Amino acid sequence: MFPPQFDYERPDSLDAALDALADEDAVPLAGGHDLVPMLKARERTPGTVVDLGGLAALRGVERVVADGTERLSIGALTTDAALLDADPAGVDALLDATSEVGDAQIRNRGTVGGNLAAAHPASDIPAATLAAGATLHLVGPDGDRTVPAGEFATGDHETVCTDDELVTRVSVPLDPDAGGAYARKTHPSTGYAAVGVAARLRVVDGAVADPRVAAVGLLDVPTRLPAVEGALVGVDAGSPVDAVAGAAERATEGIDGAVREDHVVSAGQRCAVLPEYTERAVSAALARAVGREGVVA
Amino acid sequence: MSEHEIAATVDGATETATVEARRLLVHALRENWGYTQPTVGCESGKCGACTVEMDGEVVKSCCVLAVQADGSEITTVGGIEGAPDGLAEVGGDDVAAADDDGFGPVQRSFHEEHGLQCGYCTPGMILRSRDLLAANPDPSREEIREGLKGNVCRCTGYENVVDAVEAAARKLEPIETDGGAPEDAVDAADGGAD
Repeated sequence: MFPPQFDYERPDSLDAALDALADEDAVPLAGGHDLVPMLKARERTPGTVVDLGGLAALRGVERVVADGTERLSIGALTTDAALLDADPAGVDALLDATSEVGDAQIRNRGTVGGNLAAAHPASDIPAATLAAGATLHLVGPDGDRTVPAGEFATGDHETVCTDDELVTRVSVPLDPDAGGAYARKTHPSTGYAAVGVAARLRVVDGAVADPRVAAVGLLDVPTRLPAVEGALVGVDAGSPVDAVAGAAERATEGIDGAVREDHVVSAGQRCAVLPEYTERAVSAALARAVGREGVVA
Repeated sequence: MSEHEIAATVDGATETATVEARRLLVHALRENWGYTQPTVGCESGKCGACTVEMDGEVVKSCCVLAVQADGSEITTVGGIEGAPDGLAEVGGDDVAAADDDGFGPVQRSFHEEHGLQCGYCTPGMILRSRDLLAANPDPSREEIREGLKGNVCRCTGYENVVDAVEAAARKLEPIETDGGAPEDAVDAADGGAD
């Protein structure tokens, strides 16, 4: 399989990249593991491929303080492998999810921003950014804007990012006493998640507080699991097993949208395994939160 | 449709070509430059047969445009020598002297453990196994399976592949550097220690 013919540009600045993307027939190229297979399948036939590989400023991971909150700022072109190598504290679920992406070779090329911008419905990282309450930073011809992780994807491979905009970084709030985790049932054919669940919570005075639980692979967009979150609030962190299992049983309650299915994994199967992976993610997140210094179950 | 002059170092040799923008790295390697060890399998980034090292990192060359590799250093399985980075073969010089086929310890282990049958996936398997061992010199069988998930083999059923990586790990040991960088060890060997 060969890609269709196209022109190739490799801008060396963000401004030049935005100029190139102003052409309505241009598409951005980051790690290439979403775009290049789609080019080969002729699902995309751009006039110009704009390689973002020259934009070194969009690589790297740093702690920043914004509006009095400490956050982890991840450049959109940071590869999955570079994020895992940096091993930043406070983003457990994101590191778990990133380590599940594709395989070692794919993580060496694939980027955090590219993963989010591609908006594959069963991709792992969007579950973690949603559970973490992350913010995506976009830039376009009309300037910068920020989008909460929960409002970024609008459908299967569809986002609020317009064709002439780029995701420049992802900013994840850091909470020193939070714990997070990601667990997934791998789709036996695609290697993506059949369902994947990210959980992030705190333990305050021995009880679960501020739980955020998000699933991918279930709907066309990442979705929070409201009934699980509601049932987790106040759970005794000292003996949580039955309560977490009970909360996880409610994983499909209040889900808004059609559950995905294909010829390998039905909607019913996804719903059937969701509680198990919800329980795994929440239990691991809770164990990590309890393990944080100063947190007493 | 743009065309681009590209130059890359492949297995130590400087290679140049004029390629269409859509040319994939694996096709440039095989067809423009004659490096046929990386093979074309699934063509969609799943099977790992096309794996090469690009600037020191294993990548799937069917998902990299040739023009993206301009200026990079590529190593195919034909260009590897000896043990993976940071490791040395136990009893190194004696084993190397007895080994007349030029294979390193990972390649020899695949041979000895029958970690291949048709050999189509083997170049990618070898490169990723070396990469895995460099990062984790003593992997469990589960870590080997997880580590090789991006490399598909349709012959062996994987059991012998895992055996081969385990066998390679037993042949290897971390290079002793007295806590210093490998460069320091070279300096010391040259009599530069003070």
